[in-house]
Amino acid sequence: MSRQTARAGDPRKVNGELFTLTYGALVAQLLRDYEDDEEVNKQLEKMGYNIGVRLIEDFLARSNTSRCNDFRETSDIISRLGFKMYLGITPVISNWSPAGDEFSLLIENNPLSDFVELPEGHTALNYSNILCGVLKGALEMVQMDVDVWFVQDQLKGDNITEIRLKFIKRLDDAVPAGED
Amino acid sequence: MTIFDFYIFDRNGTCLCYAEWNRKKQSGISKDEEYKLMYGMLFSIKSFVNRISPTDIKDGFLNFKTSKYMLHFYETPSGLKLIMNTDLGAGSMRDVLHQIYSTIYVEYVVKNPLCELDKPILSELFKSKLDEFIRSLPVFASKVS
Repeated sequence: MSRQTARAGDPRKVNGELFTLTYGALVAQLLRDYEDDEEVNKQLEKMGYNIGVRLIEDFLARSNTSRCNDFRETSDIISRLGFKMYLGITPVISNWSPAGDEFSLLIENNPLSDFVELPEGHTALNYSNILCGVLKGALEMVQMDVDVWFVQDQLKGDNITEIRLKFIKRLDDAVPAGED
Repeated sequence: MTIFDFYIFDRNGTCLCYAEWNRKKQSGISKDEEYKLMYGMLFSIKSFVNRISPTDIKDGFLNFKTSKYMLHFYETPSGLKLIMNTDLGAGSMRDVLHQIYSTIYVEYVVKNPLCELDKPILSELFKSKLDEFIRSLPVFASKVS
């Protein structure tokens, strides 16, 4: 019972289906506007990026985590805290590269693509590309430059949805004028 | 106990917000100069503290103290820096600074799409919430004599 009231009282929570359908409407509108899968992917990533740079502040404020020591810890936090907090899922981390700078997030049931069926002729579209942007934007704010891309997508008939992250470099704090 | 002033710097060293309460004496230089001086000092002290530390440090630079005031420093992993000057009786302000970040900055700046994150904060709502919060703190209660 207390859970019910807590949910009703938390303005941050919205109905999951409403969220999924809103996202679907957004992607459909983008497809109508741009008429090109690649361009839509780009726009989704850009939107995600802008979400990510703000979302990270909310994440830090709510989770009170400190800086990660290595990329493995980062991957753990992303899946166990980040995805859990905002999408209610915990992706499985796998396929580490030998150097430890690349991993995959395996998503079994992506809430963004509930109810979705890709129509014919949209093989290049990464429907949930907004997630790539969010991850990139959020990690950039904590001084990590990463590449994020879709490898597999259940919408395209793959067994699982796979997002790959590659660590590129650490971004340094800005040095004030006149110092080195 | 009292609180003198408060700064927020973004990761690029831009002063996003400055507010003062019981500050009796000004530094005698322009505010912009003061911000620059403050950021430069924090930057240097942070790298100094990290370099000189005999062991791996967890939190790094937290505060410094003179005979008259204490400067408290809190940095989020995203590089936002919150600075507060208080008198000596205030004790650790770390939790307070984190609270300002999570309940005021994130709520009224980050979640306000009209606020640009790398420009000084113009939002009146943010300023009034901050002022209200600071004034409600127990450490704010008594004025300096």
